Amino acid sequence: MAYVPLADQDDAHALHDPQSFVTKYIWSQDHKVIAIQYGGVAIFVGLIALGLSIIMRLQLGFPDTVSFIDPAFYYQAVTMHGMIMVIYLLTALFLGGFGNYLIPLMCGTRDMVFPFLNMLSFWFYLLSVLVLLASFFIPGGPTGAGWTLYAPQSISMGTPGYEGGILFMLISLAIFIVAFTMGGLNYVTTILQARTRGLTLMRLPLSIWGIFTATVLGLFAFPALLVSAIMLGFDLVLGTSFFMPAMMELGEQSSYDGGSPILFQHLFWFFGHPEVYIVALPAFGLVSDVISTHARKNIFGYRMMVWAIIAIGGLSFMVWAHHMYVSGMNPYFGFFFATTTLIIAVPTALKVYNWVLTLWQGNIRLNTPMLFAIGFIFTFVHGGLTGLFLGNVIIDIPLADTYFVVAHFHMVMGVSPVLVLFAALYHWYPKVTGRMFNETLGKVHFWCTFLGTYAIYLPMHYLGFLGMPRRYFEMGSTDFVPASAQALNANITLAAIFVAVAQILFFVNIFWSLRKGDKASGNPWGATTLEWQTPDTPPKHGSWGDELPSVYRWAYDYSVPGHKEDFIPQNEPGEEYEKTHHTSGGHA
Amino acid sequence: MSLYQDVTNKPWDQVGLPDGIESKPVFAVSNERLALTVFMIIASVVFSLLVVSYYIRMNIGDWVPMSIPTQVWLNTALLVLSSVFMQGAVFVSHKQLSVSLYSGAGLLFGIGGLFAIAFVAGQYQVWGLLADTGQGIRSNPANSFFYLLTSVHVAHLGGGLWVWSKSAIRLTHAATSDHFHQTFSLCAVYWHFLLIVWIGLFLLLANT
Amino acid sequence: MAIAVVLFLLVVGTVVFHFASPWWFTDIAAHWSNIDFTINLTFWVTGFVFIAVNLFLAYSVYRYRQRKGSTHTAVYEPENARLESGLTILTTIGVVAMLAPGLFVWAQFVSVPDDAMEFEAFASQWQWSFRYPGADGVLGTADIQHISELNPWGVNPNDPNGQDDVVVKRPTMVLPLNQPVKALLRSRDVLHNYTVPQFRVKMDMVPGMVSYLWLTPTRTGSFEILCEQYCGLGHHIMRATVEVMEPADFQNWLNAQATFAQTQQRVAADTTVGQQQYAVCASCHGANGEGNRALNAPKLAGLQPWYIERQLRYYQEGVRGSNPEDSFGQMMAPMASMVNSESARRNVSAYISTLPAPASSVTLPVGDAARGMRIYEANCAACHGSDGKGSWATDAPSLAGMDDWYLANQLNNYRTGIRGDHDGDDYGYQMVSMVKAMRTQQQQDDVITYINSLR
Repeated sequence: MAYVPLADQDDAHALHDPQSFVTKYIWSQDHKVIAIQYGGVAIFVGLIALGLSIIMRLQLGFPDTVSFIDPAFYYQAVTMHGMIMVIYLLTALFLGGFGNYLIPLMCGTRDMVFPFLNMLSFWFYLLSVLVLLASFFIPGGPTGAGWTLYAPQSISMGTPGYEGGILFMLISLAIFIVAFTMGGLNYVTTILQARTRGLTLMRLPLSIWGIFTATVLGLFAFPALLVSAIMLGFDLVLGTSFFMPAMMELGEQSSYDGGSPILFQHLFWFFGHPEVYIVALPAFGLVSDVISTHARKNIFGYRMMVWAIIAIGGLSFMVWAHHMYVSGMNPYFGFFFATTTLIIAVPTALKVYNWVLTLWQGNIRLNTPMLFAIGFIFTFVHGGLTGLFLGNVIIDIPLADTYFVVAHFHMVMGVSPVLVLFAALYHWYPKVTGRMFNETLGKVHFWCTFLGTYAIYLPMHYLGFLGMPRRYFEMGSTDFVPASAQALNANITLAAIFVAVAQILFFVNIFWSLRKGDKASGNPWGATTLEWQTPDTPPKHGSWGDELPSVYRWAYDYSVPGHKEDFIPQNEPGEEYEKTHHTSGGHA
Repeated sequence: MSLYQDVTNKPWDQVGLPDGIESKPVFAVSNERLALTVFMIIASVVFSLLVVSYYIRMNIGDWVPMSIPTQVWLNTALLVLSSVFMQGAVFVSHKQLSVSLYSGAGLLFGIGGLFAIAFVAGQYQVWGLLADTGQGIRSNPANSFFYLLTSVHVAHLGGGLWVWSKSAIRLTHAATSDHFHQTFSLCAVYWHFLLIVWIGLFLLLANT
Repeated sequence: MAIAVVLFLLVVGTVVFHFASPWWFTDIAAHWSNIDFTINLTFWVTGFVFIAVNLFLAYSVYRYRQRKGSTHTAVYEPENARLESGLTILTTIGVVAMLAPGLFVWAQFVSVPDDAMEFEAFASQWQWSFRYPGADGVLGTADIQHISELNPWGVNPNDPNGQDDVVVKRPTMVLPLNQPVKALLRSRDVLHNYTVPQFRVKMDMVPGMVSYLWLTPTRTGSFEILCEQYCGLGHHIMRATVEVMEPADFQNWLNAQATFAQTQQRVAADTTVGQQQYAVCASCHGANGEGNRALNAPKLAGLQPWYIERQLRYYQEGVRGSNPEDSFGQMMAPMASMVNSESARRNVSAYISTLPAPASSVTLPVGDAARGMRIYEANCAACHGSDGKGSWATDAPSLAGMDDWYLANQLNNYRTGIRGDHDGDDYGYQMVSMVKAMRTQQQQDDVITYINSLR
């Protein structure tokens, strides 16, 4: 008889089986439903942000054609696009979406350790999104302060939404941070405490390592955003002068005095830089698993990959001021932050090498998720290398606040994570829905997205070399920007519209396949990790049937010599184990 | 195995159940206790960043150290009492088989929370007092920080009181004590944490 | 298979694009060629890595892709410590090769030479002004609290060092060739940034503190100054010009500028003299400055004196009224030459500002004031004020009370390039951009209707 641990026997007590439609799908405490809720809302706001980016691009590519884009609306679009994409889409989708779905399944547990808190996390997230979207409908509209919300400009005259929009933004961010904290406590506790038997830390898939480290970073970094939001809110509503210096507003002395705008920037970037890795690390993790599975080969240098994730996470708190080389802070800081920034390139580069070395001598299955993963490696190499320009303080000076910066961060934390998101959405789609997606449509979607985004962002770097500044409603006439740059801008806009329209393919695919796709088997990719070994697909409430799985091996036993299949699931004892231990069967 | 050995071993060399048949948490504490610890670390980060901002802002030049009203001492005493009663509830609940709000550990727990509410009310009174004597939030950055730090601290206490009130309501019906022992001890830990934070903030505000 | 080929083509294409691209740094005009060197060095290092990694990626995908009927299996290789540490060392060497020269050049950036000449650039939403130390070589202290219409630089009037400072209110500055200069950067309101692409260096301007940068101009010419730190609505229209001259020419230019003391000791305007001069104007603009639509003469009562003064100067200098398509402006130009001295202009402007402003008349089709208000509040109010009264601080004239036909004419003039395009028009280019908040006739009617409702 298989061993049934205490945790399993106690199930009836621990998991409240949902009874009605409402408790099952709306006020649900099931991590899988919450994951889908998170994902759905995140993708929905992401589409709004995509629409805003098209508005920007229309103005930049074809100035003077669209009548409803005035300067104020342009700056509002810039701001909301950035903030939504970074916080409300990428952070929420990677951690709230994939984190919620994969952590309990990959850890072999039935749910998060605090399901009620998990549910609250989603509803607070939804509330933060609603507050954010509400700012579009108030007088003055949403804030147009730029996503960095720099004081004093974000709450003083001359910035769109400087009274109402910015307040809604600050409140929304505070609610989001509460939501993230509730989710984050769950992710961390679940991963540390609730892994199933045999699942040691080093047997965890890299997805979990990425999500875990990103969550820890988030828990440490979001407080900085919270503090800056609260203090900025005090300055705005109560008239304190934390960040607000003595200044003039339309010819009048303002009532502020003595505050430090640079302090705001330090707090903001102490959050802002780890935020980059809050998005990137889960992407690193997920893409590692996609690559390994479809290359039918273990991830190369697993230990190095884990250490690199931890090292990047730790270093990410020591580099924040590289966003502030031209901020007017003490220039001697530049030496320190340029050095730490370039050091972080080393573990990051190792990760890239190891992904490529995983493909080397693999048996690569070139399906849709794998194509997206390979596309990610390419764009990430490109974006990472341009980061070496901007991290090196003296090179940042001519390039700061130009389109080179825009192109760089879109390549490295826009396109690259989004390609991973698509890889992961396609990869786990059969598990989540129990259906296969349409492969042809998926591949067309990949080619449009991958080539389209490269056509947007490669040329954009060169606008930056020209010295074209970012956050300009229009360039106007200058002597250092040739007229041909406008043609380049127009082409970038066309490529952006093409990419945006191509996303329809993705939605057609996932909705059509939901009904009409081929039924998926439990483990269509022949993957080793636990989520593919559930008794039901999609997994039912509680995921594991009567008994939790036991884990006998690491997550990457692909193409093990002498084994008849080219993969061994983590919960398979294997012949050598059964020989030595004489058990009659320890896995579900 | 230590955490260090855990993350340096070669996982592909090992097949089987290295830790035996029980699942193995990283830390030998309950999930709730771990989550609370993590939360207290996060809260410490919040307060640390506020204190760092305090020091940076302090050195800008327009800073006038404020005189702390004597009532703040009284409030501090209330918070100390609150913590003491919470800890008392933990001690007493060891010896009880069942608890209710109206006697023994439950009563101590209830009174501890009431003292915390009295602390919040006292802080509110101090804000009004300061505003009335021309030391309002806009009068000087030192005063701004007084309002900021105390209100963030009160907000954290408010979170604790939310959990406290839920437990107190449940305690109006008697229940077995081992169910509540953990609640009491988690509340007590959190209360002590906020007391220590408050004393730290108080020292900072009073001396600079 | 396709992906391997595409990756290969993308690598080749990127390299070709890079070398064929006409879009590159503008020609340098300062001594910071070291920066260009580190950029080129970084390009070679990162370019090599880009090509090597991606070609290896493409080859791996091509070589080890699954093929139909092949029984190929993947190799089982958990790690290779020697390979990984080798790559770590190689990467570290590459990083050091880029970082070390970079820090070396940065050390030059942070240490300003002792003989550097100082000047001050002062930014505000969305204007520039400049200041040079006078004969004593020292800039006077300055503070936000001293700022007024007469003292937009905030120079401390009690500081003797500041009296001889050369002050420039216009968005134009000059630097001497081959002389190290240190820019002291200040801001009046929000964050701004002093950027000249040809100089390569830039730095934010932060209210409440003074930041700096330094350079040695190496080429004469006229270059644009841009703000590159987002500063609100007019961020993109915050321009100025820096001209690099031979030292002698620079000195001549400097001598021709007013000192701070001179600007503070201007003789007060005489409205009685102004009234006599206004008699000429009254024939078109009306005895009370109420304007005359039949003669296309706008209302003058209610406009600020500094605005009228500046426009008179523009007409006289040919900045306005010289465009052959500007028939109304051409009528004004000869009239303006009748007040052809600074004091005359100031007197007549001062007189006009004493005239009572009558309510504006509605002569155009009425638009939707609510929609107009949305556009106005979002795009116009930042300079012209929510009350439409304008402000010296943004160099924005009063709009409230102006006749609707005149506003429409001027908006159309900005749109068609009749007004605002002239090099001598310091702030007109800003309106050339901002009229784009009203791209349709309907939007313009809405806004004018709303302005008409302001009193």
